[in-house]
Amino acid sequence: MSTGKIIRKDGHYAHHFESAEQEYTSSKQGVWLFLSTEILMFGGLFVAFFIYKGMYPEIFHKGAESLSWVYGAINTAVLLTSSLTMALGIHYIQKGKNSAALTQLIITVLCGAIFMGIKYIEYSHKFHLGLYPGQMFSGETGGVENLPLYFSFYYMMTGLHGIHVLLGMGLITWVAIRTARGDFGPKYYTPVEGVGLFWHVVDLIWIYLFPLLYLVE
Amino acid sequence: MSEHHDVYHVTPFKTYMVVFLSLLVLTVLTVWVATVDFGAANAFIAFGIATVKAMLVLLYFMHLKYEVTTNRVIMASGFFFLALLFIFVLIDIVTRVPVESTL
Repeated sequence: MSTGKIIRKDGHYAHHFESAEQEYTSSKQGVWLFLSTEILMFGGLFVAFFIYKGMYPEIFHKGAESLSWVYGAINTAVLLTSSLTMALGIHYIQKGKNSAALTQLIITVLCGAIFMGIKYIEYSHKFHLGLYPGQMFSGETGGVENLPLYFSFYYMMTGLHGIHVLLGMGLITWVAIRTARGDFGPKYYTPVEGVGLFWHVVDLIWIYLFPLLYLVE
Repeated sequence: MSEHHDVYHVTPFKTYMVVFLSLLVLTVLTVWVATVDFGAANAFIAFGIATVKAMLVLLYFMHLKYEVTTNRVIMASGFFFLALLFIFVLIDIVTRVPVESTL
């Protein structure tokens, strides 16, 4: 007879699983499957970027001049820090230190906000210069034909990544609230681990976006 | 797989810090090498460093080092199919013959 709510923190698990461990590993496997599709989604954009860059190097060379590596480098450091604090958040939950974990999760969300703030500065500067994607472009082409193509790639790739950062911030806020509520413990932290994996993939994609857009000419 | 596979593996605090500092050093390195011109090797160096960073994130922050083989294969398959996409698109593009060719 069911007693109602499943308190997973106390080792309870859904009836179609063999054990709490199996429930945890199954959930995690689902997240890994989802993440491999994320790699493919961003990967398609990377492949398109490489091909077009090979075909029209002058467009990508000129386009890259409008980016400042300083913003990119700061944002890389911010995201790497957020990945560390996310990992530490899980580390502390595993050790039963929920308030320390909560602090780490809050720092992670703040790092996400700093990242988006810097992105906002970069975007508004480009909007000011009329560097919009595709047909909306109204800036200086500097004699490079089809320069707006670069900005179609730039906004698509950083925009899709930015949406992931915002989603990640929302998800981390959700697990932070649940951490504060005491839902998690050393034997149950599946949502935190899943959200953490997602957040690390967002960092992983930025690790490739940074040299692609800001460094390689 | 070992009988006592640790499902709830706890990575030591020190490991996380070492990985984090390595990631920061590699970021400084990638910015620095971008100022040096290695010609055609520029892109390979930049993405080589990015791949080392990505591996650190995957293995330690995402705990892939302590994961079951299935999950490693799942993640590797994502990169494998991405490589397939890239290779075949590249083969298509570089082997195209212009329409005005008399071949």
